[in-house]
Amino acid sequence: MTTTAPAPPPVSDADPFGPEVLEDPLPFHAALREAGPVVRLSRYGVYAMGRYAEVHAALRDWQGFESGAGVGLSNFRTEAPWRPPSLLLEADPPRHDAPRRVLVDLLSPRALRRLRERWTAAAEDLVDRLLAEGDEFDAVPALAEAYPLRVFPDAVGVSPEGRENLLPYGEFLFNAFGPHNDLVAEGAPRLPELSAWVNAQCQRDSLADGGFGAGIWAAADRGEITHEQAPLVVRSLLSAGVDTTVHGLAATLHAFATHPDQWRRLRARPELVRVAFDEAVRWASPVQTFFRTATTDVRVGGTVIPHGEKILMFLAAANRDPRRWDDPDRFDLSRDPSGHVGFGFGIHHCVGQHVARLEAECLLTALAARVEAIEVAGATRRLHNNTLRAWGSLPVRVRPAR
Amino acid sequence: MGRTVRLRVTAKERVADDVVALTLADPTGDRLPDWTPGAHLDLVLPTGLTRQYSLCGDRFDPSRYRVGVLREPDGRGGSAYVHDELRVGDEVGVGGPRNHFPLVPSQRYLFLAGGIGITPLLPMVHQADLLGADWTLVYGGRRRGSMAFLGELAGYGDRVHVVPQDEQGLLDLPHWLGTPRPGTRVYCCGPGPLLDAVGAACASWPAHSLRTERFVAREQPAPARSTPFDVRLARSGTTVTVAPDRSVLEVVREAGVDVLSSCRQGTCGTCGTDVLEGLPDHRDSILDDAEREAGDCMYICVSRARSDHLVLDL
Ligand code: HEM
Ligand code: FES
Repeated sequence: MTTTAPAPPPVSDADPFGPEVLEDPLPFHAALREAGPVVRLSRYGVYAMGRYAEVHAALRDWQGFESGAGVGLSNFRTEAPWRPPSLLLEADPPRHDAPRRVLVDLLSPRALRRLRERWTAAAEDLVDRLLAEGDEFDAVPALAEAYPLRVFPDAVGVSPEGRENLLPYGEFLFNAFGPHNDLVAEGAPRLPELSAWVNAQCQRDSLADGGFGAGIWAAADRGEITHEQAPLVVRSLLSAGVDTTVHGLAATLHAFATHPDQWRRLRARPELVRVAFDEAVRWASPVQTFFRTATTDVRVGGTVIPHGEKILMFLAAANRDPRRWDDPDRFDLSRDPSGHVGFGFGIHHCVGQHVARLEAECLLTALAARVEAIEVAGATRRLHNNTLRAWGSLPVRVRPAR
Repeated sequence: MGRTVRLRVTAKERVADDVVALTLADPTGDRLPDWTPGAHLDLVLPTGLTRQYSLCGDRFDPSRYRVGVLREPDGRGGSAYVHDELRVGDEVGVGGPRNHFPLVPSQRYLFLAGGIGITPLLPMVHQADLLGADWTLVYGGRRRGSMAFLGELAGYGDRVHVVPQDEQGLLDLPHWLGTPRPGTRVYCCGPGPLLDAVGAACASWPAHSLRTERFVAREQPAPARSTPFDVRLARSGTTVTVAPDRSVLEVVREAGVDVLSSCRQGTCGTCGTDVLEGLPDHRDSILDDAEREAGDCMYICVSRARSDHLVLDL
């Protein structure tokens, strides 16, 4: 037991949600890690963690760091949430248990086996058509968006009409975990329309037989969750399952386009595909941050985070902490990325991670079999988001394999 | 890398005539994997026998597990060892926790416990109380002295009905279950005859009202081993030896095979690997008993081998 009196944490007045940091967060993440295990962000009156050990420990400690007060900047104990809170992401045990169990079962690797064949065929078809059109394209719409939008809404059982609402809804949702800055204001006008569409898709009658959505309603019929909970659990899939994989795939494609040696390595050893995607998730951290709220005075690294205070966990900074990773800024398929916190950890550990991995595995495998080289072919553009590290445009040139 | 699936006995207390409660903790003091009410632990005893015991402690305390163990009258293996041999400071192998008896959301619960069947229900009543649900526990046993945890239950007042057989006879099931109450979930754990009787009494209840847990001591294909075993990696063609203090994952990675993992405690599913030959010794929290018996897939961050060698699709 340490007996030294807690010291106040170092203070930073940087804005992690400002345009400079969103354009390139790496220098800020490095400064945060160097400043200490816990830093106070004076601009928002919150605490922050950027080192792997503390972020990892906080993710596991649901007793000390709750999610029920919201995993964004807003504190649900004092401010009304913009939509009814998620039954998974924004819930704590015991209420978190039943919805979590339903999704763990529906999205387990064993349950996903039946999708592999269809998703492989969809990836091969998408890549074949794309290559038939030419060897230069914008990888964001052409692959990173096109593939998940083709397979995931089908797997959930969402109707074909209106699927274009999924991405902007997710974009707003992930912005809304941050402060009320311009990014939130820009998305607000369309919100009522987007929410109405998403909520309508969550009803039993809107969902096709055999999909994840119908599976959630069937679980409600068996009493595993209540019928009132079912639409909100479906909503979790539509909220968390689209933009995340789009930007996860975009990050992976960007990593390979800028690391031709690693692409050659993947082509030589296609069984590296799972490691490759997780290494890209570690390296780029498509989900950069989530908040928690202290349930009591929690002592972390010589300081105390007082009861009721918000803590911003920088998953992205932890995933490149040199205290945990050798040469962390290198995208390297020879590394074991296991243990990264890009999917979180602990009881909220991404329940869709096997879905994301299967999508990536199918798409990258199809691409690696057909494309010998891939490189950036024009000005790339980031898409700023308060939670996601996202790409707006990623023009590439490919050399088809002969 | 890869949890060593052994826990240390940090306390052993007699909590009723033939019942001891064991407290288990990680030997390094680490956090234990999370669990939910209704979950059980697989205890792998030095005899190689595996027995399932419900967790009956406080899930909010991540540093320890508690299980209650009844001395089984026919003395079949496990319980006699726990009662007579196992000491504070000893280490035991564990698998799980796994939960096949989860508490589903409801406004009202009726909990029916017979004897040692109180153990999974103890954390459930605690949770139902925490959630402000309307609940009742009816707890039958042979006599007061044989009924564990009466002291802890006393705090709940008249929601708990203690029914020792020598004072009040058998549980009056028609009284408790005679009139179906839609919206009430009935949870029952206890000896086979009680489960059968409750099943019959609930026949007129709405579907899915009743949830029971029945521990059947399944035939184990082979005892758990405490000696090294070989793992042949079919695709890479190499064979490695896994010592008792190493995980399969660890050894396979060292052999240069790129297998992805994440939680390293058998909960997330990332390290799932197809088994081509041999008998796995499953220690994960994911597979149910039927999936375990199928033996075609294992989570190599925690699971091991019962047979001398395994062949994995790696
Ligand atoms: C590369 C893609 C993805 C990334 C980087 C990602 C990241 C994350 C992270 C970091 C968390 C933890 C949040 C926290 O601890 O507060 C999380 C939770 C979650 N994710 Fe994902 N995710 C991805 C894909 C998906 C997909 C495809 C789905 C749906 C099929 C999904 C559904 C969820 C849900 C429902 C939760 C909440 C789980 C809970 O709170 O118990 N995610 N994800
Ligand atoms: S790494 Fe999570 S189950 Fe093995």
